[in-house]
Amino acid sequence: MTTSEINANILTTSYDKLFNWARRSAIWPMQFGLACCAIEMMAVLDPRHDMSRFGAEVFRASPRQSDLMIVAGTVTEKMAPIVRRLWDQMPEPKWSIAMGACATCGGPYRTYAVTQGVDRVIPVDVYVPGCPPRPEALLWGLLHLQRKIDRSSVVDTKRERLLVGRSG
Amino acid sequence: MEWADFTAGRTGDLHGRAIREMTNTTNTRRDTLFDVEEMELNFGPQHPSTHGVLRLKLKVDGERIVDCYPIIGYLHRGTEKLFELHPFFQNVPHTDRLDYVAAATNNLAYVGAVEKLIGLVVPPRARYIRTILCELQRISSHLLWLATHAIDIGAMTPFFYCFREREIILDLFEEYCGARLTLNCMRPGGQPFDLPVGWGERCAEFLDDFPSKIDEYEGLLTNNRIWKKRTVGVGVLPADLAQEYGVTGPMLRASGVQWDIRKAMPYEAYGDVEFDIPVTYNGDTYDRYLVRMEEMRQSVRIVEQCLDKLPDGLIMAKSPRVLKAPKQSDAYFSIEGPKGEIGFYLVGDGTPNPHRCRVRAPSFMNLQVVPILAKDQLLADMVAVLGTTDIVLGEVDR
Repeated sequence: MTTSEINANILTTSYDKLFNWARRSAIWPMQFGLACCAIEMMAVLDPRHDMSRFGAEVFRASPRQSDLMIVAGTVTEKMAPIVRRLWDQMPEPKWSIAMGACATCGGPYRTYAVTQGVDRVIPVDVYVPGCPPRPEALLWGLLHLQRKIDRSSVVDTKRERLLVGRSG
Repeated sequence: MEWADFTAGRTGDLHGRAIREMTNTTNTRRDTLFDVEEMELNFGPQHPSTHGVLRLKLKVDGERIVDCYPIIGYLHRGTEKLFELHPFFQNVPHTDRLDYVAAATNNLAYVGAVEKLIGLVVPPRARYIRTILCELQRISSHLLWLATHAIDIGAMTPFFYCFREREIILDLFEEYCGARLTLNCMRPGGQPFDLPVGWGERCAEFLDDFPSKIDEYEGLLTNNRIWKKRTVGVGVLPADLAQEYGVTGPMLRASGVQWDIRKAMPYEAYGDVEFDIPVTYNGDTYDRYLVRMEEMRQSVRIVEQCLDKLPDGLIMAKSPRVLKAPKQSDAYFSIEGPKGEIGFYLVGDGTPNPHRCRVRAPSFMNLQVVPILAKDQLLADMVAVLGTTDIVLGEVDR
């Protein structure tokens, strides 16, 4: 092989960049809708918004096959333990997006039945505001998550745990 | 509740009798070679086909569903309690989030109840605008139902087709009130905004185009052999049973009962427009599909007529700044939502807040017949039964 062929066909990069590129470009969200926001979560898959442009269109019905939990809707006290169990069933590395006001802080429901934010149950990476957020807002949240994944490292375990696998 | 309690409560009652009459089969299979043991199966609350957070406890004998027990409450948000804590006009946003795929009809049922309680007369222009919004909402709700129902059964394409048209309706909503989903587009006494300039033309453009799109969906599904195999004869609901359980909406009309509040007790502008109530008689999943498809066509007719006849004038009734209900007053107002009769019962006590608000949610009533529809079906038909019931858990649990 000549030098010019080597130069044209070999790229050098770091582990971090390679892993982060792979992880951020094929995020598989879990198909898990709780309330109103789930309708907008479905809308990001539609022809107009098309989440597959960002590599995140493969919604999996099982937590064991998914990387991202989009908490789309109100988490009630009855549902919270189930959300936690689903989160625990997801393999590492995993991320979560709190979509909408209810998942962020309870939203308009300051009542006896509603968990005041899903961050009381699972760690949250990105909060998307709105009631419900527009599909564009969810895409914004996804892009933010991709930027966050870009900052993570497979070498620095301390930082890795901080950024990716906080639930342990 | 345990299984024993659940079945014990039903032996000999209407529910059990109806199931036996309908299926006319015995529950035991003594003629098989093997020992058959009934198995309990959990379905949900995290399942792609439960349309939210419904949990079903199924008792299955192989692939056959012997019994089905819905467990609700995973989305109980205490909305009815919240109604008591806010003044009448501040409660409209809470109604958006009950049946979150049909916010406009929820708004209308609530503001209608408040108007009845306080005695406000809505100007004609506002009544027409409300009718237009409600019928567009009915189309968008049915489109979402068709998309998810088809996906459950295994057809992916209708999802993309339906959402394509649904986005256009959501654009119209957004232009009118600024929101796509949770519209908050009505106030007690009238409408908050007039129609924007050019809105009627854009709406008419969509209505011209839309019937051909319905043909497109029907071309994919109506004579599709797989679709028919999955829906014809699945989840049969007899008319008398539907009435006894208080089932309303397309579920009831597919069983052969011609009952539609828009015709029976016309509200808003429904008395002034011509439209038909589609009725089918088999009461199965396929018939419910046909009814909903035809309802979309009729909705197009209604909106077209309303746009033609739209009167000029005020959009808001003269009403006091703070609405107060008379002491010891109550009112019930119900309308025909996309899923059935959605009604609000309000009790006033002389303060600006309702003393009590009770929501008559069509999804909750329709969910009650799911065990009957699922009885003796195959496990794979469970998703068809749930899809055809068109439940929204925000409304079931409230």
